[in-house]
Amino acid sequence: MSKATIVLEVLRYRPEQEQEPTFQIYESEYREDWVVLDAINHIKDHIDGTLSYRWSCRMGVCGSCGMMINGEPKLSCATFLRDYYPDPIRVEPLANFPIERDLVIVMDDFMEKLTSVKPWILREHEKPISEGEYRQTPAELARYKQFSMCINCMLCYSACPVYALDPQFTGPAAIALAHRYNLDSRDQGRSWREQVLSTEEGIWACTYVGTCTVVCPVDVDPAGAIQQAKLSTTTDWFRDVLMPWKGR
Amino acid sequence: MRKSSEPVFWFLFGAGGVIAAFLAPIHIVLTGIVGPAGGLESALEYERVLALVSHPVTKLYLFMLISLPLFHWAHRFRFTVVDLGLRASKRGIAFATYGSAAIGSILSALVLIRL
Repeated sequence: MSKATIVLEVLRYRPEQEQEPTFQIYESEYREDWVVLDAINHIKDHIDGTLSYRWSCRMGVCGSCGMMINGEPKLSCATFLRDYYPDPIRVEPLANFPIERDLVIVMDDFMEKLTSVKPWILREHEKPISEGEYRQTPAELARYKQFSMCINCMLCYSACPVYALDPQFTGPAAIALAHRYNLDSRDQGRSWREQVLSTEEGIWACTYVGTCTVVCPVDVDPAGAIQQAKLSTTTDWFRDVLMPWKGR
Repeated sequence: MRKSSEPVFWFLFGAGGVIAAFLAPIHIVLTGIVGPAGGLESALEYERVLALVSHPVTKLYLFMLISLPLFHWAHRFRFTVVDLGLRASKRGIAFATYGSAAIGSILSALVLIRL
């Protein structure tokens, strides 16, 4: 009996030999327990070694293997072939990013935006090590834990229609991570981050479409983070205007 | 940066959204469907309604009911138009939409004051 196969239409872009991206059709082996990344690895190993793509952990932890699968941003390691079989599957690099080569995108813009919100604990005065660690109750941990699950896979940027229209937008993951540190009881950097977040390119560019939350593979809910950030910024605004003597 | 006026408009948008979602449907059902169908009997008689809306608390309520959803509309429409491609004239669109909501609010205030 011949082995079952599935057709993958994979976007190819080799800047040294072509001006425009093209699609290449591959017929990969099909197994019921294979994900799209397994098929792409099969192609790379047995059919065409020139295909370029990013991947690492194969288990939805590293966030490297995001791709457009039939037009939807997904982790290729968590997308089963059987959900599409026997139809062909179209595989493209993540939308809204420039293509470096084949399925590899240029992620510089995301990296810049991520660092711009300083997603780490900021302290006005660092406690000396001799005073021990910054302690936190389970309730304080629960406030931000959901937003700390982000794996920086950029699926939310691919899904966001606001980012597609306005690349200046800080974007879902960066705002969600900024919000994660703003909610952290050990952090004191909120008013600093607000200078980046509370701008027209920050939280106010978001029109709450919510596709970021829909595509998020780890249930971070960036749209919810942005809404919460809008609410706390608005509260701050009214407090600053109505009670200017209460400095923060 | 924090003094950006966006929180004010977002607050009006949010408040208007709550009213449009929770209160407006009640008014539509009562005065638009149940009333004309005869379900409210004498409750919608002219003198009774006039006495009701002449009270300052009712006036304030009606002002909120009319004004805040206008700002809700303005905020939505502003972003819809910008997203449809009129990004270059962002300022003008904001001025026109919030301006329309402000004019609508002023007109409704004038009508309510004269009652």
